[in-house]
Amino acid sequence: MIDDIARIEADAAPRIAAAASLDELRALAAELLGKRSALSSLKSGLGPLDPDARREAGTAINRARDVLQAAVNARRAELEAEARREQLAAERLDLTEVTDATGAGHLHLVTQAMERLEDVFVGMGFTVAEGPEVETDWHNFGALNFPPDHPARDMYDTLYVEFGAPGSTLLRTHTSPVQVRVMTSQPPPIYMVMPGRVYRQDTPDATHMPVFHQIEGLVIDRDITFADLAGTLDTFTKAFFGGDFTSRLRPSYFPFTEPSAEYDIRRPDGSWLELGGCGMVHPNVLTACGIDPEEWQGFAFGFGLDRLGASAHGVDDLRDLFTNDVRFLSQF
Amino acid sequence: MKVLLSWLRDFAPFEGDPVTLGEQMSDLGMAVEGLDVVGEGLEGIVVAKVLETRPVAGANKIHLVIVDAGDGQPLEVGCGAFNMAAGDLVPLATVGTVMPSGMEIGRRKMAGVVSNGMLCSSQELGLGDDHGGILLLPPGLEPGTAFSEAMGIEPDVVYDLEINPNRPDAMSVAGVARDLAARLSLPFSLPEPVVDEVPGAGIQGVSVEVLDPELCGRFVARVLSGVQVGPGDPVLARRLALLGMRSINNVVDVSNYVMLELGQPNHPYDLAKVAGPGFRVRRAHDGERLTTLDDVERTLSPADLLICDAADAPVGLAGIMGGASSEIDEHTTDVLLEMAWFQPIGIVKSSRRHKLRSEASARFEKGTDADVIDLAMRRFAQLLAPSGARLEAGETAAEGQRPVRPTVRLRTARVARLLGQDLGQARIAEMLEPIGFGTTATDDDLDVTIPSWRYDSATEIDLIEEVARHHGYTELGRTLPRAATTGSLSDRQLQRRSLRRLLVGRGLSEAMPLPFLAPGELSRCGLPDDGIRIANPLVAEQSVLRTTLLPGLVGAVAYNWSHRNHGVALFEVGHVFRVPTDADADLPDEREFLGAVLARGDAAVAVHLWRAVAEVLGYHEVQLVNTEVAGLHPTRSARLVLGEVGVGHLGEIDPVVLESHNVGERVAYLEVDLDTLLAQPPSDRHYRPFSLYPSSDVDLAFEVDEDVPASAVHDAIVAAGGDLVWSVRLFDVFRGHGVSAGRRSLAYTLRLQAPDRTLTDADVAGVRTTIIEAVQSRLPATLRT
Repeated sequence: MIDDIARIEADAAPRIAAAASLDELRALAAELLGKRSALSSLKSGLGPLDPDARREAGTAINRARDVLQAAVNARRAELEAEARREQLAAERLDLTEVTDATGAGHLHLVTQAMERLEDVFVGMGFTVAEGPEVETDWHNFGALNFPPDHPARDMYDTLYVEFGAPGSTLLRTHTSPVQVRVMTSQPPPIYMVMPGRVYRQDTPDATHMPVFHQIEGLVIDRDITFADLAGTLDTFTKAFFGGDFTSRLRPSYFPFTEPSAEYDIRRPDGSWLELGGCGMVHPNVLTACGIDPEEWQGFAFGFGLDRLGASAHGVDDLRDLFTNDVRFLSQF
Repeated sequence: MKVLLSWLRDFAPFEGDPVTLGEQMSDLGMAVEGLDVVGEGLEGIVVAKVLETRPVAGANKIHLVIVDAGDGQPLEVGCGAFNMAAGDLVPLATVGTVMPSGMEIGRRKMAGVVSNGMLCSSQELGLGDDHGGILLLPPGLEPGTAFSEAMGIEPDVVYDLEINPNRPDAMSVAGVARDLAARLSLPFSLPEPVVDEVPGAGIQGVSVEVLDPELCGRFVARVLSGVQVGPGDPVLARRLALLGMRSINNVVDVSNYVMLELGQPNHPYDLAKVAGPGFRVRRAHDGERLTTLDDVERTLSPADLLICDAADAPVGLAGIMGGASSEIDEHTTDVLLEMAWFQPIGIVKSSRRHKLRSEASARFEKGTDADVIDLAMRRFAQLLAPSGARLEAGETAAEGQRPVRPTVRLRTARVARLLGQDLGQARIAEMLEPIGFGTTATDDDLDVTIPSWRYDSATEIDLIEEVARHHGYTELGRTLPRAATTGSLSDRQLQRRSLRRLLVGRGLSEAMPLPFLAPGELSRCGLPDDGIRIANPLVAEQSVLRTTLLPGLVGAVAYNWSHRNHGVALFEVGHVFRVPTDADADLPDEREFLGAVLARGDAAVAVHLWRAVAEVLGYHEVQLVNTEVAGLHPTRSARLVLGEVGVGHLGEIDPVVLESHNVGERVAYLEVDLDTLLAQPPSDRHYRPFSLYPSSDVDLAFEVDEDVPASAVHDAIVAAGGDLVWSVRLFDVFRGHGVSAGRRSLAYTLRLQAPDRTLTDADVAGVRTTIIEAVQSRLPATLRT
């Protein structure tokens, strides 16, 4: 019997090694190790043997089973590995040949600039207020210390809309009417910026568009000073443009602020850029908005952001911002 | 406004670097927009005498000018100008001269002849704009003399200043000098012209009547007799030229010079041509006509103020421009000189209505100095004296209404509180006095009188601005507000940012079409033509406000399609403007909308996009209701409805609209009324615990009539399924073989799960049966088996 066992084992080993597929191996394993296998028959034929011979033969059978099972396992692992190799080879993909590249879209340059500006001012303790683009003459001019026929109205080429009495309704020429809306709707203190779209009757050229965007700031509290204005704008300058930028204020004129100033920034190369206007909120404006100018005071500032956003990317014609050509939009 | 450094020096001893002086002017609010050094680079230019001119054979654009450059030797110079004759004196740039433009003069051949230098125009010498011919020099100069020496030309600086509306004082060279001298602590003095006045009969007969005193605050007439009209004085002419004014004749030059120097516009008339002689200053009659000096006939209204002669014939539009009738000419001997103060608002309105601005109106509309008139009269006479002009003693004047200038209390503490620096009473007075404000100490404060040349200044805050300006904005320091405030974006602003980022993440780029439409564009987009119009559009193509974002986005797709950018995906978040339903509304109905176009995409793409938008904004209960929507594909569009409220629509752009915009691809469209949507409460965001027990999936396919929306089937399944249905997903829509005509198969996967146990087969079968029965009984639908 021992010889039979050895023969079975010897015969089986090369067959296992030669199994060409997992299916073939599965059938072979059943034949060699299953209930109807030769080893199983031998085992069931042990009964008549004497105990010693039975123990010896039983041990030999078990050992042979273990050897064959190990051989089957090893061969299965080989075959599985090979199958995976084949599958992986079949799945080969050239990642550079991938078509249909729908990437992410792009935020408009103006939005990017606006959000960055908002973020800087939020970081400085401001909240963000908004208002309508079509405004009353009172919000855009009257409350801001522009009496009717005031020559300073000529500084704005106003677009009027056919709504209500002639001349009563207009496309806001600056974001300042939002100041008026804020001041007439909530008591001071006020620390707010007001970004938005504004309109002028301007012929489009490289540096002018009839539609553009501004951000405006308003601070009203009990003891806000002109020095606070200068300090706030300088802090903003460094936060937005970089630590190596500085700012200055130069006397200017706006009906709604006094003293008024131009706000210039100085680039690291020493050149100056005129950014916007600012000043102490005029007492007449506070009064028009129902705020006592002897109790409260503050400053306002504002500047355009289209040119800032455009120049940061070397776009030197503002008309490009509004063509909506994807070859433009997708670059930022 | 331009000023000349040498002219400024007539009033105060300005020294030092012109650039630094310019910075001081900017720092005072007179921004230097241009700084030109003139009269330099004239070293090689000499006075030359023309001996003869000779044509050049074969060349008709140039000729040969033979000059004597001082050494008595004839020198041949080629020249392209022909305005000289033998005996004339001309400027010659000798060989080797570097011109103000940087060009070096060499000995060179022109049309076969050798040119030994260049004869110069005033423009080439940097002395003015005149390039009409070679500058002819006054007789009597010695040939060979250096040109700058002979002409008394020294290097000078032209500053081009931006003057703000609140600086009437800075509309004159003297006013700029006063401000700058105060900043630099230099003594400032106005000219004190000493003029011998002569008794004369002329002024006696002149009458002046101001009929509308509210528009004309002062009107003064004087007579200069014995005037000989001739060429302008070269020194004055040069200054005028450098400030951009052409020399006309000696009288007009002096008139302009006095205006530039002292800021007082003035008008010289030929006394012989003024009827009366005299003036009536009155409002125009409605429809009255006047031809102004620019040869434009203007139709007037009572809002215009006229200067008329004594016979009531208009001779000028007050403060803006004279008429042609009484101009000075070469026969004039007696000049009737007018100077006045006009109400600024009147000038602003008149000048705006006639779209006519002049040097005079620019000054009158800021408010001139009524008290400088006497000085300006004498200055005029002094400057015109070389022509024989004699100022007749006496004047004829009429006074109208001028604003009362009360004394203003300036509180020292107020200055400190606003500027952030306690300057003290004395320092404040020190800054105001040199620019003409009179100060009297009153306790801690100052009582301040306002100078006649500061029409703009009337209140305490005006004075505080002057103090700040002269103290120096930079000197006021920098501090930060002391209050602790917290900054943040509002929920709405954060939602808008999330929305934009979602759309960008889904491959859409943000467009920014102009919100202006051409008339008819709304109709062309299939929309009602009810846009609010712009009263004064720049161009008709931009005269209607958009009522939706569709026209702009379709336009953007069309633009891109025409540039062969196909399949673009764009969105916009912007305002639309509509006629409000409330007739008493102060403003149009203005709302923020989201619009998105996906070219090459069908309506399904719009639905996918909407689902993502709803997810991000947190509105899961919005229903799609198939219906026709203006501007959209009639059978591929739906409204977005939340409860009873419409919050937008989606689908595909109407093929008719695409055709009219020459777009050759399908375009999916989504539009959301953000103001309306976000005003609604968002979906409940309470956590809904999910079960940890095994789930079972059930697939059900129903054959449903085409006119029953899939959403109805979905709703029926959800309603019937009860708590055990965790999710319902439509995974297949099939039409064709095996499905009846007019119906389609909708296949759903339902995931069933109980919160507290494993579902039994009986549970699942029960739910399945309930759902099938509910759907079949409520809808024209049958289960497919």
